[in-house]
Amino acid sequence: MSTGYDVERIRKDFPILERRLSGDLPLVYLDSANTSQKPQAVIDAIDEHYRWHNANVARAMHVLGSEATEGFELGRTKVAEFIGAPSRDEVVFTKNASEALNLVARVLGDSGRVGADTDVVITEMEHHSNIVPWQQLTERTGASLRWFGITDEGRLDLSNLDELITERTAVVSLTWVSNMLGTINPLDVVIARAKAVGALVVVDASQAVPQLPVDVAALGADFVAFTGHKMVGPTGIGVLWGRYDLLADLPPFLGGGEMIETVTMQRSTFAKPPHRFEAGTPPIAQAVGLGAAADYLTGIGMDNVAAHEREITAYALGALQEIDGLTIVGPREPIDRGGAISFTLEGVHPHDVAQLVDSRGVAVRAGHHCAKPAHQRFGIQSTTRASFYLYTTTEEIDALVEALHFTKKYFGA
Amino acid sequence: MSTPTPNLDSLYQEIILDHYKNPHGRGLRDPYESEVHHVNPTCGDEITLRVHVNGERVEDVSYDAVGCSISQASASVLNDLVVGKSVHDGLAVLDQFHAMMQGRGQVVPDEDVLEDGIAFAGVAQFPARVKCALLSWMAFKDAVLQVSAGSPAAEETA
Repeated sequence: MSTGYDVERIRKDFPILERRLSGDLPLVYLDSANTSQKPQAVIDAIDEHYRWHNANVARAMHVLGSEATEGFELGRTKVAEFIGAPSRDEVVFTKNASEALNLVARVLGDSGRVGADTDVVITEMEHHSNIVPWQQLTERTGASLRWFGITDEGRLDLSNLDELITERTAVVSLTWVSNMLGTINPLDVVIARAKAVGALVVVDASQAVPQLPVDVAALGADFVAFTGHKMVGPTGIGVLWGRYDLLADLPPFLGGGEMIETVTMQRSTFAKPPHRFEAGTPPIAQAVGLGAAADYLTGIGMDNVAAHEREITAYALGALQEIDGLTIVGPREPIDRGGAISFTLEGVHPHDVAQLVDSRGVAVRAGHHCAKPAHQRFGIQSTTRASFYLYTTTEEIDALVEALHFTKKYFGA
Repeated sequence: MSTPTPNLDSLYQEIILDHYKNPHGRGLRDPYESEVHHVNPTCGDEITLRVHVNGERVEDVSYDAVGCSISQASASVLNDLVVGKSVHDGLAVLDQFHAMMQGRGQVVPDEDVLEDGIAFAGVAQFPARVKCALLSWMAFKDAVLQVSAGSPAAEETA
């Protein structure tokens, strides 16, 4: 492991990792791409908010209202700093990454930026939440939906970059790190081409923000969506970062409280970003928790988190490929690769693999991982996925390997 | 390698693994009166199932399915249990199978009716896997009801 990175000390910050399962089995949690576990600091921040400061935000004149508002907005400041946003007003809170992506798709359509004579470009390796909103948008507007394919190795096929992204392209939306294949995409290449033709770029960073240092100002994208619960934060909160001039130029998403400037029975005018896009009571305690999550990760250092992720992934790629009948779907080399490894095991269906390794205390995910088109690309219905995070140890990878040998034996595969 | 937990063996009974490895009646066949396609959206398991009904008798249930051992074995057992029976009796078996699967392991199955199907009693203790066992049966129900809907003689089964 890298010098100074003490995974055992980090594990002590996560109470759930001490959990024993039935039969006194230690929990081996290898499902962090699905949701990450939470450190005590995040649990405490949420607890303290509810115990001491709970009130609604931005409308109550009393002490608690003021404290809750302060806590909520401090969460926004911390998230903005965590991702290198030039302004905290560029951080819009949503309920999750799906809502953030839906928000962008909806308002780009409503603003007239995506019309019948334009293209929307996505990729075959997207999570359903970065496919379906664009299908809905192109159906509503008459725009054409186009997409990048995937190479046999599981990389983005950029061979037709200039044919796919053209003067007709209004928006390019793609994932930074694939939740299924683990691939880290060369965003710089895609963004450069998109900028050359004047297209907007949306990045689904749901798997990237938790495990890579992120600087949205340097990235060059126009919108970045991610979620709190995959970065040791709570569920119920997502983030849309957008360039301020763009956000300021876009119409609201949902209508309701908090997003208005003034309302008469005839019409309303709307608040400035980010509140324009945050109708109704926002996820207050969640914003407080997400701020604590950002502090926690910053304390460890995202460079260290990323280095650990690379090392543990390299170790797992090596160990898994030694199992006969196991095929990794996605890049097999630990290069430009995140900490999610999907695989098939000959003769045993992924759901059965997940059930069998669960009986040994190893938690993995089985299924299509909300990426059915990416599975279809490789001619498979589903895979088993092991995914790692800052608290994952090589011993846990060994436990997975042992559980997979047990699975093969059980099924006579 | 230590021995598996008892729970695991109650889920993956020998009978289930046998049906999984040697499924009965697999493949899509002619003739048929209705064909349905059912999907389990949470896991992606899929089945295309055809029924051939002659008068009141289920002559054939043929299927093409992708999914886990539980869903595959269940389709195989379905084929065993309903082919050759009347539509009415086939749906009665389905009702018992369904009740057992919804019973959280508390329903004692009737082996005379469910035969190899009783092996799935253990699956009922794993709520996440109940839907796997029911996929083919729900497809069968849908398919026969579609046939019945188009056949005035079979109203009492609907």
